[in-house]
Amino acid sequence: MLESYIRSRRQEKDILLMTHIVLGYPDFETSLALVETMVQAGVDLMELQIPFSEPIADGPVIARACQKALERGVTVRRCLEAAHEAAANNDIPFLFMSYFNILFKYGTDAFVQRAREAGIKGAIVPDVPPEEGDEYLTAMTAHGLDPIFIFAPTSTDDRMKIVARHARGFVYCVARKGVTGEKTEFSRDLDGYLARCRRATELPLALGFGVSSPEDVDALRGRVDIAVVGSQAIRVLEDKGAAAVGEFIAGLRK
Amino acid sequence: MNRPGYHGRFGGAFLPEILVATFDQLGQAFAQAKADPSFWQEYTELMSTYSCRPTPLTPADNLSRHFGGARIFVKREDLNHTGAHKANNVMAQGLLVRRMGKTRVIAETGAGQHGVATATMAARFGFSCTVYMGEEDVERQRPNVFWMQQLGAEVVPVRDGSRTLKDAINEALRDWARNMDDTHYVLGTASGPHPYPEMVAYFQSIIGLEARKQILAQAGKLPKRVYACVGGGSNAMGIFSGFMDDDVELVGVEAGGKGLGTGMHAARLASDQGSVGVAQGYKTYFLQDDDGQMRDTHSVAAGLDYVGVSPILAHLHETGRARFESATDAEVVEALRLTMRMEGLIPALESAHAFAQAFKEAPKLGSDDVIVINQSGRGDKDIFTVADAIGDPDWERFIIKKAEAYHA
Ligand SMILES: Cc1ncc(COP(=O)(O)O)c(C=O)c1O
Repeated sequence: MLESYIRSRRQEKDILLMTHIVLGYPDFETSLALVETMVQAGVDLMELQIPFSEPIADGPVIARACQKALERGVTVRRCLEAAHEAAANNDIPFLFMSYFNILFKYGTDAFVQRAREAGIKGAIVPDVPPEEGDEYLTAMTAHGLDPIFIFAPTSTDDRMKIVARHARGFVYCVARKGVTGEKTEFSRDLDGYLARCRRATELPLALGFGVSSPEDVDALRGRVDIAVVGSQAIRVLEDKGAAAVGEFIAGLRK
Repeated sequence: MNRPGYHGRFGGAFLPEILVATFDQLGQAFAQAKADPSFWQEYTELMSTYSCRPTPLTPADNLSRHFGGARIFVKREDLNHTGAHKANNVMAQGLLVRRMGKTRVIAETGAGQHGVATATMAARFGFSCTVYMGEEDVERQRPNVFWMQQLGAEVVPVRDGSRTLKDAINEALRDWARNMDDTHYVLGTASGPHPYPEMVAYFQSIIGLEARKQILAQAGKLPKRVYACVGGGSNAMGIFSGFMDDDVELVGVEAGGKGLGTGMHAARLASDQGSVGVAQGYKTYFLQDDDGQMRDTHSVAAGLDYVGVSPILAHLHETGRARFESATDAEVVEALRLTMRMEGLIPALESAHAFAQAFKEAPKLGSDDVIVINQSGRGDKDIFTVADAIGDPDWERFIIKKAEAYHA
């Protein structure tokens, strides 16, 4: 489902853009406005992060945004409603990004079913490796959502093959060690790693962690299918306001 | 269910992909060490020359007479170097780090106890050391911060989340995701993703091995009950493991804080407010809201102030092999006072939870019965916290004067 969408979009564009927002940060009105802005700026897919109090895979920018959202009383129910609204009004695929406890506590199957009803196409849950994924994968399959799995530079070739067996839609390749929101050098070093990713799966590849400028996106053209922009969009939002986010996103693929 | 890393339905390794290879490496290093008899020998030798192992088992006859029931014995983990059982785990992990050829260690700390132990180990082994500590705990535990720094560690205040122990764990995991090549994460308790619960419990089992032998030698029988306080669960697992296959009741005591009805506590198993969840890489009972967001916890003892609990203890709770109770801040301070006056022992506020519960139960047991309390640490180094908890006016005057002297 996601896979065919990505392939057909790639007929028209040499690289796709996936962006990320934290639902309810700084508030739901802004979140929904950001979605519109980003879609108008040409974004091809979006991650909607449901805040969790223990975001171990996130760096300071996203972790703080999640924390502020929670301090303001963001609930999972309200996130599901906002996602529903975003998906109903915008014609691109939306994915949930969160941590497993959010699904588990809601009831994994019930959560995935609600996500499907809200029009969500897939999910990125970074603390569910395939070994711990029975419940999650069963629910995702039952409701026709794509589980997006992750490759890291520390993943061995064998490990990538195991992960790839469970992946659908595309595979999210983490550009470097560490967490989100730090600087990445998109140098030639990436080539060996991306070649390993390529060999491990036929699925489209996305690359994220540290993508923050048109130069970064340029460097990824021809190497992956999707460039993922996360923390930098939050920084622009915090420094220059919601309006500047549209310009920033539109400028990434000039 | 016998999946590796699982204890009943608890445990697991819910890890971001970036850390999977590192945990695999650690799991292998631990399995090799466990299978190699020279490792345990090296460990016990180190602990007998660098720390005070075997630690004694002290008969607390004055307290026994006072309560008029069971005869009380105290396992003296307070006599370890750096003043708590934390040294056991930390020195064993140090040996493992050396085997893995890594040169840097990181740790989380709440009370500062585990941080000081890790900084000590790093100094001894020649590793560089970074300790993550919630900003609120940095404020509360200045003396431990001072010692960590004197021992050569870098102390990083964590400003995210509730700025306490769980947030320090998150930050340590983030550091590790960046620096796994040369760095080992010395987790301080029997919680977290596999293999930590099993590994830390194994290292701490030295407590129970000794205690079982000692009680048989000194009392001529096994204890009726064994009491230990429960933060993440390492000292409890340590002493319990010596009596797991015996007809001995295992009692874990959690922080009752200001009372279970107030919500200000850390009783994940002993209250009905904990529920199963997945956070910080493992599945266990957490204090969380209906959405799965972790709640703030409270205890007079910083070392018990944690939202999760060892998955091994969660399993023992569910199977009924161990019983979990809680003691309130007020009960704990009272138990500490009594123990100081009657035995000249100064338990850490954490350990005093085990004493408080044992005191509730000892009078109801027979005079033929024997019980063991694990004194996980000593309280004299927590003078600021203990003096605050007791509310000693002379101490307060002293601090005010001291502060004035710095101002002058
Ligand atoms: C003296 C002492 N006892 C107990 C604990 C609680 O940890 P655990 O439950 O892992 O034994 C701590 C933690 O800092 C401690 O310092």
